[in-house]
Amino acid sequence: MPKRRELKRIMILGSGPIVIGQACEFDYSGVQAVKSLKEEGCEVVLINSNPATVMTDPELADRTYIEPLTVDFAAEVVRRERPDAILATMGGQTALNVSIELHRSGILADFGVEMIGARPESIEKSEDRGKFKEAMARIGLATPESASVRSLAEARAFRERLGRWPVVIRPGFTLGGFGGGVARDRDEFESLAARGLAASPAGEILVEESLIGWKEFEYEVMRDRRDNAVIVCSIENLDSMGVHTGDSITVAPALTLTDREYQIMRDASIAIMREIGVDTGGANVQFAQNPRDGRLAVIEMNPRVSRSSALASTATGFPIAKLAAKLAIGYTLDELGNDVTKASSACFEPSLDYVAVKAPRFNFEKFPGASSVLGTQMKAVGETMALGRTFKEAFQKALRGLETGQAGFVGDGTHGRFDRMPEAELAEAAATPSAERIYAVRSALRRGWSVERLGTLSGIDPWFLGEMRELVAYAERLAGLPAGLEALKADPALFRQAKAFGFSDRQLAVLLKTGEDPVRRTRQALGIRPSYQLVDTCAGEFASATPYYYSSYADEPGEGSPFREAEGRRRIMIIGGGPNRIGQGLEFDYCCCHAAYALRDAGLATIMVNSNPETVSTDYDTSDILYFEPLTVEDVLEIQHRENAAGVIVQFGGQTPLNLAAPLAENGAPIIGTTVRSIEIAEDRKLFGDLMDRLGIRQPPHAMADGVGEALAAAERVGYPVLVRPSFVLGGRNMSIVHDRQGLEAYMRQIRNDSGGAPVLIDHYLERATEIDVDCVSDGTRVTIGGIMEHIEIAGIHSGDSACALPPPNLPPEIQDAIRTATRDMAMGLGVCGLMNVQFAVKEGEVYVLEANPRASRTVPFVSKAAGVPLAKIAAWCMVGFKLDELDFLTEPKPAHYSVKEAVFPFNRFPGAAVNLSPEMKSTGEVMGIDRFNGAAYLKSQLAAGNRIPETGNIFISLRDADKGEALPLARRLVEMGFVLHATRGTSTALRQAGIKARALFKISEGRPNVMDLVDDLDLAWIVNTIEPGALPAKDEGRMRSLAVIRGMPITTTLDGLRAAIAGLEFMRRHHNRFEVCSLQEFNRKSASFRPPRAKGD
Amino acid sequence: MAGEPDDPAYDWEAESRREAYLVLADGSLFRGHSRGAPVNLVGETVFNTGMTGYQEILSDPSYSGQFVCLTAPEIGNYGVNDEDWESGRFQASGLLARRINSRPSNWRSRKSLPAALREAGIPALAGLDTRALTLRLRDHGVQKSFLCADGRVPVEEGLARARAWEGLDGQDYATRVGTGKAYAWDDTAPGAAPGYPHPDERPEGGGRKIAALDFGNKWSILRHLRRTGFEVTVLPPTTPAARILALKPDGVFVSNGPGDPAAVAYAADTLRGLLGRVPIMGICLGHQLLGIAAGGRTYRLPFGHHGCNHPVRDLLTGNVLITSQNHNFAVDAESLPANAAEITHLSLNDNSVEGLRFKTVPAFSVQFHPEAGPGPHDALYLFRRFRELIAQAGV
Repeated sequence: MPKRRELKRIMILGSGPIVIGQACEFDYSGVQAVKSLKEEGCEVVLINSNPATVMTDPELADRTYIEPLTVDFAAEVVRRERPDAILATMGGQTALNVSIELHRSGILADFGVEMIGARPESIEKSEDRGKFKEAMARIGLATPESASVRSLAEARAFRERLGRWPVVIRPGFTLGGFGGGVARDRDEFESLAARGLAASPAGEILVEESLIGWKEFEYEVMRDRRDNAVIVCSIENLDSMGVHTGDSITVAPALTLTDREYQIMRDASIAIMREIGVDTGGANVQFAQNPRDGRLAVIEMNPRVSRSSALASTATGFPIAKLAAKLAIGYTLDELGNDVTKASSACFEPSLDYVAVKAPRFNFEKFPGASSVLGTQMKAVGETMALGRTFKEAFQKALRGLETGQAGFVGDGTHGRFDRMPEAELAEAAATPSAERIYAVRSALRRGWSVERLGTLSGIDPWFLGEMRELVAYAERLAGLPAGLEALKADPALFRQAKAFGFSDRQLAVLLKTGEDPVRRTRQALGIRPSYQLVDTCAGEFASATPYYYSSYADEPGEGSPFREAEGRRRIMIIGGGPNRIGQGLEFDYCCCHAAYALRDAGLATIMVNSNPETVSTDYDTSDILYFEPLTVEDVLEIQHRENAAGVIVQFGGQTPLNLAAPLAENGAPIIGTTVRSIEIAEDRKLFGDLMDRLGIRQPPHAMADGVGEALAAAERVGYPVLVRPSFVLGGRNMSIVHDRQGLEAYMRQIRNDSGGAPVLIDHYLERATEIDVDCVSDGTRVTIGGIMEHIEIAGIHSGDSACALPPPNLPPEIQDAIRTATRDMAMGLGVCGLMNVQFAVKEGEVYVLEANPRASRTVPFVSKAAGVPLAKIAAWCMVGFKLDELDFLTEPKPAHYSVKEAVFPFNRFPGAAVNLSPEMKSTGEVMGIDRFNGAAYLKSQLAAGNRIPETGNIFISLRDADKGEALPLARRLVEMGFVLHATRGTSTALRQAGIKARALFKISEGRPNVMDLVDDLDLAWIVNTIEPGALPAKDEGRMRSLAVIRGMPITTTLDGLRAAIAGLEFMRRHHNRFEVCSLQEFNRKSASFRPPRAKGD
Repeated sequence: MAGEPDDPAYDWEAESRREAYLVLADGSLFRGHSRGAPVNLVGETVFNTGMTGYQEILSDPSYSGQFVCLTAPEIGNYGVNDEDWESGRFQASGLLARRINSRPSNWRSRKSLPAALREAGIPALAGLDTRALTLRLRDHGVQKSFLCADGRVPVEEGLARARAWEGLDGQDYATRVGTGKAYAWDDTAPGAAPGYPHPDERPEGGGRKIAALDFGNKWSILRHLRRTGFEVTVLPPTTPAARILALKPDGVFVSNGPGDPAAVAYAADTLRGLLGRVPIMGICLGHQLLGIAAGGRTYRLPFGHHGCNHPVRDLLTGNVLITSQNHNFAVDAESLPANAAEITHLSLNDNSVEGLRFKTVPAFSVQFHPEAGPGPHDALYLFRRFRELIAQAGV
């Protein structure tokens, strides 16, 4: 069927900030959808609050609204844009929920807007657990025994009827299984059920029989309005039921299913699509299978693209989101072509001649106190995927691609912890799902535990355990070679076999007790090189037109002379950011994609290397040539050996490529842009300090120290409080503010345990200073500033965690000028070519530089959108030789509107972890508020981040002593606005003395009423609680904050934040509580469009 | 599964011995190691892109005379069980794979694949660069080949044997794999037990009699015929029309089978004698034979269709089916007399003929495998269409 011509203007909803359970995958799908609809001549209106996304690029959609993803804002956009249809299935659970609310509120009907992609009835049928069960029963499919309940009493009653433990709690309508869990006893049951009821927007939970130990499978299905349906990919979870699929190692295609079992699930998946009514798009169906008799149960289905569909797309080459968008406007699968082969039809099922393994990335170390046991609620912050010709190869590549220090599954020198464990403890570790469990299994296999025993303990299918056992045995054999590397040299077949099993050079170096370099040299001398195979959707049946590669040592080098499209053009390699983690996320993928777009526009051939399957950068049409590979020196050097790129770009992908820069350069890779030496100067405190002294730029007193003694002496010298951190970090890992000698000693002990005692940097901490971030571009001869951002939180909170505003609202012009001059001097002094980010602190009219990073920073996409200038593109052009004057970018943009960036935190995923901000970054994502008025921009940023700052109600206020004076006028204004203040005794005394009405509360330990009662009764609307940055909240405060976070209550932790919020509220009162919405294209109407003047150097 | 006599403790111990090889008639050589019986053979090499169902593929009589290269990366994972046979034994001449696993994990598994292959005397090569082999076949066509599993035949000699082999063209393999005598496919027939059934495989009522001409019938076809409500009698491929009609069947089914349809010209004669007298359904080779009976010709496809993901448009409904396919020959659309038959199904990939319906007599056929085994079940409705055809024919 042809497309529906009446659908001219289509609104797409994004997924908002990156949070656990909703990450880059929705940028990946959103970008595909926007492009796909534009290709069809549709006008696309986009709404997404996340500035770090590629999809919110003003060049992509026709009108891009960076507004909070709430029903109110979406309704405003609908009113303003009058779209014909709204595509709800690209932005995860957030987009689905907002769309459903728009539908329920009648706004879609009022404006004649059709929901496409998934109909409201279908969404409700799939999301409402009770309706879903009924639907499955109608088509003869089993679901776990369960009941939907709306109260604790109902939940208890059902549990009694079920009569056994464990049971699973799943709240309705939440993403990533948020608020759910497995209850093994009454206590866990009570707390999980209560949390789940609170977490569900519908106040509803499902109490369900547990299928722990059953195998878990996922099917990615697409269906069109003619009822054509295809399975794009089957995915098998290595971890059995009970672990969220986002937290599980997963494998595609499913490897342990007979055809009969596979087809039963295929038929069921399609039947479910029909029954639920998903008739124009993709969906994901999850099954559990009892490994003892094959009994099948349907767990859930998501009538939209998902993390799994992004994985399936990168694993197979089948662009699910792109095609789903086309189906949504009326096409049928058979009318669409296979984009990869360009020869066959899109109405087919991809066939894989390789194995894809996805491994989750965790960040538990950021949340001390939180449990690292995995369950039905997702905790992973990112993932990596690897492709290999066998499971063994893909599995080992995936583990080294995680960048967690492991060089593969076995033989990488990291066995210690589990190898030392007593037997019983190891059994417990192998039985308990956790981030590290796989390495406990490794230790058990090394001790000779049988596959049967481990299968029973862990629930991992014996087939996978058998493969792991072989890897362990092979590693032992290599380790036992008396001649070490010489033995491999003498037996190239053995060497090749090791590589075919996915052993990295580094693993071999550990096993053979030598260095990585000798292993590499010996390997290359023997001519053992990877072959590069194509991801072609069809296992070689048709010639492929898309250069999408992975490496393998299983086969002789064969296929894949680089593609003709790239011939005759200078090749530039861009190294991506790898798996998302806190401190390194979507922002860097945005920069890598922009570099690829910019260089392609300039007539160069781009080569993308990345290992993160959720990203836009790993979409095969982002670059000319795509390598899906782990980001290690070995893997990148082999690609460079094959491609011989004229330039390698390391400054866009965050710390991962930066860490590779030096070894790549040493091995002859031509790093372009800022030199490796300049990067080193910026990272080395001593060298950097010397440079600042030469340039006459002030730094807070600082020192470097090795060991406790030196550290204590250094701290005395620079003066307490001090900011301490290990050298070479991103995201402020292990960064801390220490106030005294005792604290420093404790910190140094901690560091020694964590990182084996690298040198630490010690800076005098400027209390109550304002922090400033600057992003600039240099072509090597000139520097242009992209934007100056003023942090709303005081210095000492990690810049990635603090809100900031552009243009800086409170910074005097002369200070701004001083910052500009210092930035330019530094860029020239460091010899920057490309991007640089500088952090300054301003205290009492003095400007101090805190650090400079000659690379893309987290704020580049925000600045680009706020100022209307594509900084990453301009930087990429500079790196290949264009000059800023040729690019017409010589003046700093001066936007007439205000933009505020706010961070979003995952505390609600980690019950038990301290809820506080510190120099160590903890946020997973960010949002942007943009408006003509500063107060409105701030308030939008808070709403977008989910901080529902109330217009009225009860406020609990507790201030640190240092803030009490400054807070009084703010508190007075709150009272004048009609809020009722409740305070701890100290604060309430201070308020009352100033004549401000406040009710005193007990501390939790003192009796009642205390703050927990207020929170519990949900009577509290807002918490204002300021503490020392970095200090752990006192016990009472900690409990209160944790509870508030889980209840979704806004917490303001700094006076600056409070001040901005009050300004926003006052603004709203003046404007009758109604926000304006406006597209980025309109805000930045006057900004120039940037293009490369001509292709260079080819 | 530990403790099998010839199995090494770890696959890599076998993998390091790359003494076995496959040589194609064009001289390309693919080295691997032997995981099946130590038997050296000539055969035709084809590739199959299905990701599941190696047991069904290897026991499908249509693969008689062929070495099957499976492109799926890991083979043998779920072993060999009692229920997934498509005939009483392995039928392919040999198996070629990237990896063949000897430690299956599945509750239905009875035996590891290497052990089962060795017992059956079937050679199997693993460690082969199956992708390179697939691309070779894709670009240069299906080829005569020599498989050396014991490593004792010099490559030049192997190549000579591959070239000297007569090949499959013009060879009647149907009489080798089809039944020699008629029998009733009832509860006692081998392979009739449903095992681990698919929900759609529940028997439907009926009682019509079907004669199934066996050119290398797959058991899942017979199971589906029975479940569609037919009483099935299986007949040897050479059974003449008169004898078939004497059985007074309500319909005749013409099966799949190996090799060149032109080599079983007698069967086309048989069909000409049946057309118009009894409703007929044909699958795969049966479809090609009906095409020939209708006055058309068949031709060799460059590398055939072998896999589980072939999209086919049903021209009667407009819908696309994902089908299981296994054929090297196709009916030439141009050759079909306009008044005899119309095309009902077309391949979305190469537009080749995938289904026919006779215009004046009750008969239809499909090139693909609606019974799947292995593969998707999208086309199961064709068995019901056969029942409706018989009902309409008013027998």
